Amino acid sequence: MNAASGVAIASAATQWQRLRALIRKEARQLLRDQSNILVGIALPVILILIFGYGLSFDVKNMPLAVVLEDASPTAHDVVSGFYLSPYFTPITLASLHEAEQLMLARKVDGILYLRTDFSRQLAAGNASIQLLVNGVDANRGRIMQGYARGALAQWAAKRASTGAANPAGAVTIEQRLWFNEANNSTHFLVPGLIVLIMTLIGALLTALVMAREWERGTLEALFVTPVRATEILIGKIVPYFGLGLIGLTLCMLAAKLLFAVPVRGSLLLILLASMLYLLVSLAIGLLISAAVKNQFLASQIALLTGFLPALMLSGFIFDLRSLPMAVRGISRVLPATYYVELLQTLFLAGNVWVLIVRDCAVLAFFAAVLLTLARINTRKELD
Amino acid sequence: MRDSLHRILILCRKELLAILKDPRSRIVLFVPAILQSLIFGYAATYDLNTVPYAVLDQDHSAASRDLIAQIEGSGIFRRVLQLQVPQQIAPAINRKQALLVLHIGQGFERALTAGDSAAVQLVLDGRNSNTAATASGYISTIVEGFNARWQQSHGQGAAPLRLEMRAWYNPNLETRWNMIPSLIAALSMLQTLMLTALSVAREREQGTFDQLLVTPLRPREIMVGKAVPSIFIGLVQASAILLVALLWFRIPFAGSFLTLYTSLLMFTIASVGIGLAISAFSANMQQAMLYTFVLLMPMMLLSGLTSPISNMPEAMQYLTLANPLRYAIEMVQRIYLEGVGFAWIVNDLWPLGLIAAVTLPAAAWLFRHRLV
Repeated sequence: MNAASGVAIASAATQWQRLRALIRKEARQLLRDQSNILVGIALPVILILIFGYGLSFDVKNMPLAVVLEDASPTAHDVVSGFYLSPYFTPITLASLHEAEQLMLARKVDGILYLRTDFSRQLAAGNASIQLLVNGVDANRGRIMQGYARGALAQWAAKRASTGAANPAGAVTIEQRLWFNEANNSTHFLVPGLIVLIMTLIGALLTALVMAREWERGTLEALFVTPVRATEILIGKIVPYFGLGLIGLTLCMLAAKLLFAVPVRGSLLLILLASMLYLLVSLAIGLLISAAVKNQFLASQIALLTGFLPALMLSGFIFDLRSLPMAVRGISRVLPATYYVELLQTLFLAGNVWVLIVRDCAVLAFFAAVLLTLARINTRKELD
Repeated sequence: MRDSLHRILILCRKELLAILKDPRSRIVLFVPAILQSLIFGYAATYDLNTVPYAVLDQDHSAASRDLIAQIEGSGIFRRVLQLQVPQQIAPAINRKQALLVLHIGQGFERALTAGDSAAVQLVLDGRNSNTAATASGYISTIVEGFNARWQQSHGQGAAPLRLEMRAWYNPNLETRWNMIPSLIAALSMLQTLMLTALSVAREREQGTFDQLLVTPLRPREIMVGKAVPSIFIGLVQASAILLVALLWFRIPFAGSFLTLYTSLLMFTIASVGIGLAISAFSANMQQAMLYTFVLLMPMMLLSGLTSPISNMPEAMQYLTLANPLRYAIEMVQRIYLEGVGFAWIVNDLWPLGLIAAVTLPAAAWLFRHRLV
């Protein structure tokens, strides 16, 4: 062993010691303030409960006013399907005016209207039923129209099969919903929730903590010590990385135990993808704080560039296929988009290697670029 | 009385200056609100306008081609793959190349002409079950149209029963029409709440709040002086988003501006009250930010912005009663789209008043009596 390599080993040892001391300091600082713990652990729990129990796109029991101006048995027969359907809770009324009052007061979401001469028209083979829906919630209105059409089509099919002498054929649809046979929206909301929590802990919390140190000048105090800028960054990243993994564990447990979301892909891959994304969002947080060095601006920018796009533009709630090209372009450069796709695939579809390899590579690329940028922006200098 | 008003005005001026003097804060307060309402206006929609799909036609008949032609003719479905064997269905869906696969089996046309029901299989990617349900709805509408035409041309006359559908307030049932009015409330609250939450906490952290407390200003006056600039900024933000809705997306405004601004004012006062209470409670800016965030997230999610409140379990629905955003979104949507007057929004206004009446005095009290 020559002298030079001895020095190298000794300096590697002190470097490691410095790093350990830094990480310990950051971890203590993290644990000391109860508001950090609130965001790191309590908020995931609150969100899990809200997402698992509160949010649902599965519409059932929509209140519907059924106005029967024609009270004949035929008319009753036509609407009978609505009373049996799990999607509607119908109220029978005699006048349209009454129903409109209920709709204005938001007591019903729609009105099914059969006019006085309905059964006479039906006998003549030319009857119509009116469905009025409240369009203020467009999605709900559309779902209601779909179910109403289904209920009437069933009635028509039954009637055709009993009465007609010379039936014409009809196309029927056998529908199979892959990956989510139960058609349960919790199954795609819970993976999306993991994305939100990782973004929150990574980008928002780190941006805030780091901006505070810049603003108060405590980083400058660190700069006069022998620690390198890279070591400062690693010291910051490690505790928050740990906090992120705790959040992930909580979500995975809730997904499995509370909501029975299937995990069809490999757990190891989910962990790997989450670690990559966590690095990306930590880097975003560090980059923002180093760039603005101000708590108010850092939190606003983290919110506007990290959290809101992860909620609205990542394909987690709103489907990316409906976006105009320009907006889709924005979603393509968001790391969250790839993480959402990875998680939805790994949870519900399984190990689809083509997708997984591509998305993980993209995340790794983002992590490398953003961490490098954060390192370049964190220089040991005073301004 | 006049002295008090004078003191409040001076404090308001100082606060406004403190917020707006930094050019970066000016940008961060107004540009993102407008940009976001533009982007989310396009992104936040449950309607699909391009659905990539694949076809597996094993019948190769005139009827099957006719059905496919009607699907293509809708302008929504874009065929990305033409499959030859059923084994190709799985990879097409798994790799997200197609959202759905339409499988027409052999004997499709034969069954139709024989007067039987001819089944087609629809395989959907359920990774986002909401999108899948929407796409399947589009397909069933097209198939119904196909059936009606088929029956008419094969001697059964027109269908005996028609369903005429009309939607109130939003004739084409566009999600954008209800999303953007909700954003007027949601986006402006997001930033006003954070701005207010920082106002006292910043002074606490920098030590200037103690100086403020020894001036002749009473806690109540400090509270008003801190609240008014935030309310003002919140209303300006809301107006910016309103302009985007009116001028860019051209969503017709059915109500009156007086009603709208009264409800927005009430809502902003309530959210500023919450923000000030958080601010007075926190020891430093970081805490204020994080507490705000812990409150903001559930408020956004349980407001009806992304999923309807009536879908929630009953216990959660009670929880939403304490959420100012819930009332604001309901009011703004109703005023904007339905054009309702004061009589219909009273039930949303008084809970907001109650929230403000609790949080604002609480904030003033906490200025001097913070526990920690």
